[in-house]
Amino acid sequence: MSTQVYLQYVIIPILILSELMVFVRFLKGPSVIDRVVALDLIVTIGIGIISIYSMITDTSNFLDIAMILALIAFLGTVAFSYYLEKRNKND
Amino acid sequence: MTDILIIILSTAGALFSLLAAIGIIRMPDTYLRISVNTKAATLGVGLMLGSAAIFFQDFAVTTRVQAIIIFILLTAPVGAHLIGRTSYFTGNKLWKGSVVDDLKGKYNIKSHELQSKNVDDERKKRHIERTDQ
Repeated sequence: MSTQVYLQYVIIPILILSELMVFVRFLKGPSVIDRVVALDLIVTIGIGIISIYSMITDTSNFLDIAMILALIAFLGTVAFSYYLEKRNKND
Repeated sequence: MTDILIIILSTAGALFSLLAAIGIIRMPDTYLRISVNTKAATLGVGLMLGSAAIFFQDFAVTTRVQAIIIFILLTAPVGAHLIGRTSYFTGNKLWKGSVVDDLKGKYNIKSHELQSKNVDDERKKRHIERTDQ
């Protein structure tokens, strides 16, 4: 069994299962904050999926996209927290 | 040899990501969910990126992987602190099993400024001084 077969049939299903579980929290989340945290975690696990997928397809260019996704996740969290706090202040 | 290392690192990373997902479903409180998100997910993604660096064994890929890991390590605590602060101000209740709330009474509710002394105590003291005069 080669490494890439192991990655494709064991690691990727585990990661997709965890993405689905986080997505359940994203749909359920009692408050907006829970949804923002779930979105952050979805993108973070997505970076892991991209790194595993780049090993399966032997293409290192996908890691650039992982870097941009990390940047976007951080910016999204900062923007959401900033505007949610502002909205609370004005009430 | 490198195959075994890749398999070990990627399996550990996937299991930590699964732990983070289970934690974000099972934890009873927003603050505990934020804690799970920062710790377990950062470690899991770092391990998976490390396995990618070992797989390619290329200078450019290793540099990119290091940049991503350092970026995640720098930004995850900052984002978690910001979102936790917002969650505290929007009035999210703590889980009933939590023991300590260190921030209680130390934030100005209007201006959101942190003070080392208890805000309510100072207000009471000022009130007492005023009534004395």
